[in-house]
Amino acid sequence: MAEAIMEVGGLVKHYPLTRGVLFKKQIGAVKAVDGVDFTLHRGETLGIVGESGCGKSTVARMLVNLERPTSGTIKYKGEDITRLSGRALKAVRRNIQMVFQDPYTSLNPRMTVGDIIGEPYDIHPEVAPKGDRRKKVQALLDVVGLNPEYINRYPHQFSGGQRQRIGIARGLALRPEIIVADEPVSALDVSVQAQVINLMGRLQEEFSLSYVFIAHDLSIVRHISDRVGVMYLGRIVEIGRDAEIYDHPTHPYTQALLSAVPVPDPEAREKRERIILAGDVPSPTNVPSGCRFRTRCWKAQERCAEEVPVLAVPSPFREPGGPVAHDSACHFAAEAGVVEGQNNGPG
Amino acid sequence: MLLEVRDLHVEFRTRDGVAKAVNGVSYGVDAGETLAVLGESGSGKSVTAQAVMGILDQPPGRITGGEILFQGRDLLTLKEGERRKVRGAEMAMIFQDALSALNPVLSVGEQLGEMFVVHRGMSRKDARAKAVELMDRVRIPAAVERVGQYPHQFSGGMRQRIMIAMALALEPALIIADEPTTALDVTVQAQVMDLLAELRREYRMGLILITHDLGVVADVADRIAVMYAGRIVESAPVHDIYKAPAHPYTRGLLDSIPRLDQKGRELYAIKGLPPNLMNIPQGCAFHPRCPKARDICRTDVPEVHAVDEDRGSACHFWKECLNG
Repeated sequence: MAEAIMEVGGLVKHYPLTRGVLFKKQIGAVKAVDGVDFTLHRGETLGIVGESGCGKSTVARMLVNLERPTSGTIKYKGEDITRLSGRALKAVRRNIQMVFQDPYTSLNPRMTVGDIIGEPYDIHPEVAPKGDRRKKVQALLDVVGLNPEYINRYPHQFSGGQRQRIGIARGLALRPEIIVADEPVSALDVSVQAQVINLMGRLQEEFSLSYVFIAHDLSIVRHISDRVGVMYLGRIVEIGRDAEIYDHPTHPYTQALLSAVPVPDPEAREKRERIILAGDVPSPTNVPSGCRFRTRCWKAQERCAEEVPVLAVPSPFREPGGPVAHDSACHFAAEAGVVEGQNNGPG
Repeated sequence: MLLEVRDLHVEFRTRDGVAKAVNGVSYGVDAGETLAVLGESGSGKSVTAQAVMGILDQPPGRITGGEILFQGRDLLTLKEGERRKVRGAEMAMIFQDALSALNPVLSVGEQLGEMFVVHRGMSRKDARAKAVELMDRVRIPAAVERVGQYPHQFSGGMRQRIMIAMALALEPALIIADEPTTALDVTVQAQVMDLLAELRREYRMGLILITHDLGVVADVADRIAVMYAGRIVESAPVHDIYKAPAHPYTRGLLDSIPRLDQKGRELYAIKGLPPNLMNIPQGCAFHPRCPKARDICRTDVPEVHAVDEDRGSACHFWKECLNG
C-alpha cells in the first residue's frame, strides 16, 4: 500500500449545549463526532458512508479545517494540522480542498465562473501570477469538461451537473493533493451523476489525487472507493477494503445498512433477506452506553451495554490473509453476506 | 382499469415562453397494482400526477388535452366541488417532503382527524380516536401519547408515516406517492417502503409510485413507465424492462447506475443534458443524447410500438435496442 498522506486519530467534535443568556452554563453536548480514526493513503479513495446525523459531514469539515476538533489529531504528512494557525495553516489548506454537496448554494450567484474558479489564486497568489490566471481558469474549465469560453457566465446559466463541475474545478485550482468531497453527486440526476463520477475518477489519475469521498449512497461509494468506513452516531463501526465491507461485512449495522439498499434487479426481490432495523437513531446528545448501536441491534447482550467495542480486527478473524480480516467494532462480529444472493453477474 | 390517463397534455405559461411539461402521456393502473413512473427531474412525472390528483397550479399550468378516467368517470369534466370529494376520499397523495407537506402549527392528531371531520362529518372527539387508530396502523409507537404532538417533534421517518396514515385515512382506491422515500435514509426507506407495500396489499389499493430510483422500482413495482421530456418512452412489466430494455434511454439509465453488488469500471454516462421544455428537440426528444440516433429520429416523432401485448416502446429502433 502507498504511504499514508493523512492520519486521523481520536477525532472528536462536541458542540456544547448551553442554558442561560448572561451566565451560560453547559448542560450537555451534541457528540457529533466521538472518536474517529482512519488513515488515507496516497492516491486512494476512502469512502465514508453513514446515515444523516452520523457525523460524516462534520468529519469532512474538520479535515479541511473549517471546523476545529474538540480533541484528536489530523496529521497531514506527519504534521498535526489541528493546532496550526496563520501562515502554516494557509500553506496546508492549499493542499487539502473540498467539493461541496449542493452546487446551487456553494457557488456565489454574483460572481462569474472565472471569478469563482480563480478566487483561490487571490488567496494563494504564489500559485498563479495575475496575468496568468485567466489562462489557468480556462484550462481548468477544459479539464472538467466545460467550454472554456463560458468563463464570463454566471452560475445560474448552468445546469446542476455543470455547476458541480465548476465546484470541482475550483477545488482543483490550487493543485491540492487531497480532495474531500461531501456528497458531491447526491443533488444530481441519475444520468448526470455518472458523468460527474467518471470525471472524478479521471481527475484522480490525471492529478494523482487522494479522495475522501463522503456519501450516503452505498452503491456509489462502492463504485468509487478503494476502502470504505461505515459511520454510526459519531464513530466508525467498520472499515476495510471495499470487498471486505460489501461482500464480507461483520458489523450488524453494516449488514443492516447494506441489506436495506434497493438493488436494481427485480429478480432479487424474493431472494433477498432484509434486515429491517427497529426504531430511529438515538440523539447524539444522549449516546447509549457501551456500544452505541445496541439499542437497535438484534444481537445486543448485556456486555454491549457495559463495554465499548474497540475498532479492531475481531478475534475470530485473525488468521492472516483471510478476506474478513478487517476492523469491526462489535463484540459479536460475524460474517454475513447480505449483498450476495443477488449477484448473478452482469446482465 | 382503476385509473386510465389518456393522451394528457399539460403546459406552463411562463414569462419566457410556454414550457411543454406533459406531451401526450397515457398510462393505466389496476386495483391492487403498483405502477412506477420513472424519470429524471423535468420529465413530467410529477406534473402528470398533479393533474390526476387535481392539484396542478392553474395558472401557470394548463391542461390542454386528454382524459383522466377514474373508475369510469372523466375527472377533467367534473366541477371543483365534485373533484374535491374524490380527492382524499377516493384517491390520495403522499409527498416527498413530509415536513413541508404537514402543517407546522396543527398537531398531527388534528391533521389526521381533519380528514374524518371534513369528509365524514365526524365529531372532533371521534376523529381524534380515529387518528390514534391510524397512527397505530402505521406503527408509530406510543400513538396515544403522541397524537397531540406537532410535526417537528417527529423524526423524518415518523413524519413520512404520518403522511401515509393521512393518505390511508379514508381508504382510497388509489394512492399516488411522489418520491415518498427520497428524503429518507436507506434503513428508514426500507421501513417505509415495507409498510407501504403491506398496506397496499391489505387494502387492495392501486399505487402510482413516482421516483427516479431504479433500485426502489425493482423492489416494489409491477409495471414501469419511463418518462422523458413529457412523454412515456417505454412501459413494461418490471421484470422485462430490467432484463432487456426496449428504449435507449432506459438502457442508458440502467447502465449509468453503480451497483452495490458489482464493482464497476467506468460507468456508462448518457451524454448531454435533459432538454429544455421550452424547446424540446424535433423528432424524438432523446435523439441529441442517443447513441443509436439516425436521420429519421431527427424528423419523425416515434410512435409507441407494441413490443409485446403489455409492453410498448417509443423508439424507431426498438428491436435493435431490445437485442442490446
